[in-house]
Amino acid sequence: MDIPKDRFYTKTHEWALPEGDTVLVGITDYAQDALGDVVYVELPEVGRAVEKGEAVAVVESVKTASDIYAPVAGEIVEVNLALEKTPELVNQDPYGEGWIFRLKPRDMGDLDELLDAGGYQEVLESEA
Amino acid sequence: MSFPLIFERSRKGRRGLKLVKAVPKAEDLIPKEHLREVPPRLPEVDELTLVRHYTGLSRRQVGVDTTFYPLGSCTMKYNPKLHEEAARLFADLHPYQDPKTAQGALRLMWELGEYLKALTGMDAITLEPAAGAHGELTGILIIRAYHEDRGEGRTRRVVLVPDSAHGSNPATASMAGYQVREIPSGPEGEVDLEALKRELGPHVAALMLTNPNTLGLFERRILEISRLCKEAGVQLYYDGANLNAIMGWARPGDMGFDVVHLNLHKTFTVPHGGGGPGSGPVGVKAHLAPYLPVPLVAKGEEGFYLDFHRPKSIGRVRSFYGNFLALVRAWAYIRTLGLEGLKKAAALAVLNARYLKELLKEKGYRVPYDGPSMHEFVAQPPQGFRALDLAKGLLELGFHPPTVYFPLIVKEALMVEPTETEAKETLEAFAEAMGELLEKPKEWLENAPYSTPVRRLDELRANKHPKLTYFDEG
Repeated sequence: MDIPKDRFYTKTHEWALPEGDTVLVGITDYAQDALGDVVYVELPEVGRAVEKGEAVAVVESVKTASDIYAPVAGEIVEVNLALEKTPELVNQDPYGEGWIFRLKPRDMGDLDELLDAGGYQEVLESEA
Repeated sequence: MSFPLIFERSRKGRRGLKLVKAVPKAEDLIPKEHLREVPPRLPEVDELTLVRHYTGLSRRQVGVDTTFYPLGSCTMKYNPKLHEEAARLFADLHPYQDPKTAQGALRLMWELGEYLKALTGMDAITLEPAAGAHGELTGILIIRAYHEDRGEGRTRRVVLVPDSAHGSNPATASMAGYQVREIPSGPEGEVDLEALKRELGPHVAALMLTNPNTLGLFERRILEISRLCKEAGVQLYYDGANLNAIMGWARPGDMGFDVVHLNLHKTFTVPHGGGGPGSGPVGVKAHLAPYLPVPLVAKGEEGFYLDFHRPKSIGRVRSFYGNFLALVRAWAYIRTLGLEGLKKAAALAVLNARYLKELLKEKGYRVPYDGPSMHEFVAQPPQGFRALDLAKGLLELGFHPPTVYFPLIVKEALMVEPTETEAKETLEAFAEAMGELLEKPKEWLENAPYSTPVRRLDELRANKHPKLTYFDEG
């Protein structure tokens, strides 16, 4: 299972990639594989203030619907509109074209509380 | 093999019945402005074509009358045919009839309400909601009205649900305008009490629980949970989906629940599946009774009547009085079995689930939360097998599959609920089939089923490009 080392992770299978004073958020390769074919992504509203752990998006697959949580507190500044027409990008390229939203953290330092690639690998091993 | 729609069998001018006597024309009976300009597109077929069409459809149908149907969390028990006879007795009743002329029907509703109150330990009840999720919404709207009435509507904005909850729980809370917070399950599959304590507070309106929960396990600390809720002013909601396990043995009201919804189409033998009609009565404790929907069936000095005078009611939630014929079937079930019979049904439901769980473990299936199972259990296939493939393979072996991929906290979940109405031999035959699947070549499983009317469906296309209407291109 692919776990890039350039970004942070949550126990709930989101990734957070810092870019300037914002972070890009999506779901991991493991998460997209577990969900199966994604058929719909419900995107949050741009401008919405969110708390860490708050459900901000929903990914629906042929199997189930799953909440996507904000990895840190902040404001939604952009969403991936391409997912409205092509939600399968989440399956095809979970770490790239399949990103879900961009968040401006209240404090970039909050990212340090998240897992690194090694920590996330351990989470996956404990779940298997 | 393709099976034509009734519209595709239609031939212009073909009739099943030739009327000998002249019948009045619509134009002579109905004012012109109310008549449609284009006649409706109804299929035109002869009687034999019609009979073959529907008989053919019925032979393609899978249901509890044709096969074992262990769909977890759905309680697909047998629906006695006697109840259909009982329902037929009310076929001529009209909902606009003067209640004075429908005393028998009102008495049946009133009695059913009393039985359900006695079984759940609740003080008042509505029979109006049309099914489970509708009952949930009614229950949460009642809770919302209660908080609003006490001036806490603006502060209590959160509904808590466990991570093993039915999807309808968070959906209901969200539809009623609440934010949803998830409570994780502890290592034994029950609500994590410490996590619950952290979430409870003056901002919480309700906690929604199923007991036994969706892992088929009884929440053993339910009394402590209800005490914590009471202290925090949080209303405790009972999702009745799993009542079949405890019917007659334990009552949600005694556990401290404030609201209960029941699924008469699960627990009380109302036919189920195929889209209903179901029935989802909602029982409440006395402090919530003023908010119940109108009308309620009441008993007065001059007989039974419909009570509309309830100023704090949340209003109607369904036209007329709910799905009345579903109520007749539930009444017939309760009267046939009596309290002792209902208790025995629940006990046998638990016994069947436990027996089948042990059989599947012998066949190599895993049970991650292997506590004292109640009416159902959640199994996992051995490593390397996909729940979906096994479900499709079961269709080939002549069984309806269990629920798969639910609850979400178990990977490759197979949620099995045999119900009390299955014989020991059926459970054993099912376990044999489940064992046989593990012996099949991978390729066989991945391509199953083979001999069903349709093969494996393209679920992705069905989700993304569903064709929901029929258009006659000609």
